[in-house]
Amino acid sequence: MSNIPSELKYATSHEWVRNEGNGVVTVGITEHAQNLLGDMVFVELPEVGDAVSTGDDVAVAESVKAASDIYAPVTGEVVEINEELEDTPELVNSDAFGDGWLFKLKIEDEGELESLLDAEGYANSIDED
Amino acid sequence: MTNKTVLHAKHIEAGAKMVDFYGWDMPINYGSQIEEHHAVRTDAGMFDVSHMTIVDINGADAKAFLQRLVTNDVNKLDVAGKALYTGMCNEQGGIIDDLIVYFFSDTAYRLVVNSATREKDLAWINAQAANYTVTITERPEFAMIAIQGPQAKAKVATLLTAEQNAAIEGMKPFFAVQADDLFIATTGYTGEDGYEIALPAEQAAELWQQLLDVGVKPCGLGARDTLRLEAGMNLYGLDMDESVSPLAANMAWTISWEPEDRNFIGRQTLAAQRAAGDQPKLVGLVLEEKGVLRAGLKVISADGEGIITSGTFSPTLGHSIALARVPRSVAVGSTIEVEMRKKLVKVQVVKPGFVRNGKKIF
Repeated sequence: MSNIPSELKYATSHEWVRNEGNGVVTVGITEHAQNLLGDMVFVELPEVGDAVSTGDDVAVAESVKAASDIYAPVTGEVVEINEELEDTPELVNSDAFGDGWLFKLKIEDEGELESLLDAEGYANSIDED
Repeated sequence: MTNKTVLHAKHIEAGAKMVDFYGWDMPINYGSQIEEHHAVRTDAGMFDVSHMTIVDINGADAKAFLQRLVTNDVNKLDVAGKALYTGMCNEQGGIIDDLIVYFFSDTAYRLVVNSATREKDLAWINAQAANYTVTITERPEFAMIAIQGPQAKAKVATLLTAEQNAAIEGMKPFFAVQADDLFIATTGYTGEDGYEIALPAEQAAELWQQLLDVGVKPCGLGARDTLRLEAGMNLYGLDMDESVSPLAANMAWTISWEPEDRNFIGRQTLAAQRAAGDQPKLVGLVLEEKGVLRAGLKVISADGEGIITSGTFSPTLGHSIALARVPRSVAVGSTIEVEMRKKLVKVQVVKPGFVRNGKKIF
């Protein structure tokens, strides 16, 4: 069973969301997702300043095996991207919940975080896969 | 039903991620397929290839039978132990399988064919043998381990007896020798030096462990695929199948047209195709920008459309490579396009082959 930190929120499409305070959240993909995808070779990120809406495909994680769309888990503006991934996409494999983060959003409505899954809800959702 | 090789427990023990491969429960990786890939390019890795099918052909007509059965001419094999890569076609010139023929004598040969095509291959071989004095014997009692990489031979040597080492001393590529219980061949599917060793199944786990103990890294089917693709080697079922002519699969070199009276199966059709010059061809594609070329993507050129038959990210080169079937007039060295994720990307056309012995070759 994959590690699913209890302090994070999750989307069924395998993104995780960490509330950093001041309306900023960090987004990445879960350990479970990186494990399904295998070795990451490219990560295409949105640009700082992009306005994204919940469910938009905003990034692409491309592994040796497949290209996978990454969706915005909440609505907001991209305020930072993980530039380390340009040269070291494998950080998504080695530290999915840490150094392998993808981008940060300034969210429009913090209440939207409540509609995301908690760790238990996400664990249940991947059991059903 | 799922088949397991005799090394299945060793894979689980090593933390392998297992997948179904045409009815066999096989390791796709043991953690990171890219690390496994690099191990083979820079040091030594090993693959369990026990699922592959070994078939021995013995009897007075063995040579004549194989001269009929396969497109390459086994008459080229004149030294005991020499091996030959060939296609086996149907009358329509479609490739039933690709295989390696090992020569012991004019009355004794060994074939190694793909596991995914085992049943149809055996049925076809047996049907074609009806009028020949040959016996066809599958050898499921053997396991097979491929040890590949620049350090593979040296690491294997530390595990062999003095007699076995003497038996393989100076063995050239594409040869095999039976040394006690080990059938040791200088063949492989990676573009690196190394061996493929067939041995009694009950001894396989011990050899696997000894190889682990001398630092040979276990590698799964994932790395096997990126390695063979970098080497420009075809995978049956992707790069060719029964609907594809060897002339359209970079396998023209495996057809022996001489002597003219050797009537191998498919010869008439293939000769007509060759005369017409209308078959597409298999080329290599290189994408230096971001993105990964994948099987099934459409190729667009001024000479017409084509299709990617295999594509991947090349861990050695750091960008994507592919094999593609395109119109014969598409020139090596030209730039054409691939339709990828709703956009067109430019790719360079190269000969099918990207990496050999750790080095870029295009």
